[in-house]
Amino acid sequence: MSILVNKNTKVVVQGITGKEGSFHAAACREYGTKIVGGVTPGKGGTAFEGVPVFNTVSEAVEAVKPDVSMIFVPPAFAADAIMEAADAGIGLIVCITEGIPLADMIRAKRFIAGKTASDNGKRTIRLIGPNCPGIITPEECKIGIMPGFIHKKGSVGVVSRSGTLTYEAVWQLTELSLGQSTCIGIGGDPVNGTNFTDVLELFQKDRNTEAIVMIGEIGGDAEERAADYIKSHVTKPVVGFIAGVTAPPGRRMGHAGAIISGGKGTAAQKIATLEEAGVKVVRNPAVIGEAVKSVLKKEKIRKPRKR
Amino acid sequence: MNIHEFQAKQLFTQFNIPVPRGKAVATVEETKAWADQLQSSVYVVKAQIHAGGRGKAGGVKLTKERAQVETLAKELLGKVLVTHQTGPEGRKLKRLLIEEGADIASELYVSLLVDRFSGWPVFIASRAGGMEIEEVAAHSPEKILKALIDPSAGYQAFHGRMLAYRLGLAKEIIGLFVLMLGNLYRLFMEKGASVVEINPLVVTRDQKLIALDAKVTFDDNSLYRNDDIKALRDLDEEDPLEIQASQYGLNYVKLDGAIGCMVNGAGLAMATMDTIKLAGSFPANFLDVGGGASKETVKQAFTILMSDRNVKGVFINIFGGIVRCERIAGGVMDAAKEVAIKVPLVVRLEGTNAEEARQMLAESGLNLIVARTMWEGAQKIVSLIQS
Repeated sequence: MSILVNKNTKVVVQGITGKEGSFHAAACREYGTKIVGGVTPGKGGTAFEGVPVFNTVSEAVEAVKPDVSMIFVPPAFAADAIMEAADAGIGLIVCITEGIPLADMIRAKRFIAGKTASDNGKRTIRLIGPNCPGIITPEECKIGIMPGFIHKKGSVGVVSRSGTLTYEAVWQLTELSLGQSTCIGIGGDPVNGTNFTDVLELFQKDRNTEAIVMIGEIGGDAEERAADYIKSHVTKPVVGFIAGVTAPPGRRMGHAGAIISGGKGTAAQKIATLEEAGVKVVRNPAVIGEAVKSVLKKEKIRKPRKR
Repeated sequence: MNIHEFQAKQLFTQFNIPVPRGKAVATVEETKAWADQLQSSVYVVKAQIHAGGRGKAGGVKLTKERAQVETLAKELLGKVLVTHQTGPEGRKLKRLLIEEGADIASELYVSLLVDRFSGWPVFIASRAGGMEIEEVAAHSPEKILKALIDPSAGYQAFHGRMLAYRLGLAKEIIGLFVLMLGNLYRLFMEKGASVVEINPLVVTRDQKLIALDAKVTFDDNSLYRNDDIKALRDLDEEDPLEIQASQYGLNYVKLDGAIGCMVNGAGLAMATMDTIKLAGSFPANFLDVGGGASKETVKQAFTILMSDRNVKGVFINIFGGIVRCERIAGGVMDAAKEVAIKVPLVVRLEGTNAEEARQMLAESGLNLIVARTMWEGAQKIVSLIQS
């Protein structure tokens, strides 16, 4: 098992004929993802490597019934693309685009809120990202820009605000033969669709996930909120890392959301709060994999698996 | 992007938010001409730099004498002001804002920013104006009021009334306050701001509401569609190396340590900095070269790192995902040949075809050390600069 996506997930790509969109749509398909269609206004009726291209998302939904939309639309038009996917009732929207104006994201997030998927009226629409690497269930379905080969099927859930730092952590796990159930990048923007708590809830419920890796960074209070949730709801072991112990206050560290403002959002604060919630927070990002290995070992001694 | 107080106040005026009569001046002559024209009972002279803490550092002066304004301008213009936010090198004062003083009855605090959890704009208000809001939040959180604004309908008058009554404002002020928040919301959304802060917002003895200070930060991602805002950028307030880096699309933040870092991705870049600290030194910078890490970007990054005199060693940490490591290694080798690297260099490449890439680097004949993990790399560079 896994969360959100698996080998049966059907994906449509918004911006499939663009430079990034075409490159990554092809890479995802090569990995095994079921790419069932693309959307580029004005290119409807054509095909991309045998995949039909539509003018609008709603046409794509009628014709190929996708479960997920992966968005590679340029920043100025990306919020519009997110809202179009939500309006068409696609249950999971993964937006890779970096640099979307804050005001646009405020509007797009509000637009999605409460909307339900067209294939299942009980399921509210979920957005992952923007400014994120995407989501992957190893050896089944890759929706995003992460290198597929570093992943391995298994039982560690990974959730992160970062891109390459996630690859680093995943690679450490894979090298230690610790496979992953699903890896999700929630993105580096201040306003995003899915937060740590949402993903932690899914991993906690997923029978195949045995341990969770959570990679946070300076800025905001998503990690503190996650710590609250872990304290009361998560029984699986969680290994954490918070990037930015050395980051100065008031400076934006690459990601739009990675900034310590008014003394809030420091790494020290986040580490302390997570540790209080029982998370094993490593100070050295090079030992994330080893930490997972050790908590899994302890877990197996503490409560032998019944299945 | 940050702007100066005088620019923020000009923007406020555009949006009908009342500010004191004032003007930015750059010379003593301008100061004299404006003071003569201003004719006030109290004059306020305010240093115009982006850093906070100006008041405590002696960058804000009050006087009742018109002639004294000139003297103060002579004293302040060209002076280096050191505040808790400028760093020890301080910031040279090039401009002053000369304003009329206000007859203050009470001071409030108002700001508008985005609540990350809900993704909604939120007004924050307090009766404890003039104080650092972080202090108020830490010691008396009950004094901080909030109003979340549903962005689908935007700001409504009731939001303003709700805050106004809870702040205990006099009835003559409530209407003005409700209007002002509406104008602030409009400015925020139309101009692509990420934070607007008025501290203090004052109620005068003649029952007016005036923004005595003004601080606006803009969302960098929105600048492309707000040319008027983009034009307010003051390069003098930024580090020259950071400006140079931004021209090449590199994300660079200068720090005070001795080890220059070059990394792809913001999270990994921060993690690399943290690893250097764990290994016993301190990073000289944050530098994200982006996903590509081509020869050209690596070369520009080297140039920038080498321009920082504090840099005693360089650590390159690249996780090659989509971009293959041997291409990155090629870029590093070409760039290292073109830019004279006079300090120890440690390179750690991981990801697609990392093995071949490491071999290429090891056999390149270049004076560099190859590391397998980022921890090994951090330890090696730290020990090299200390030996």
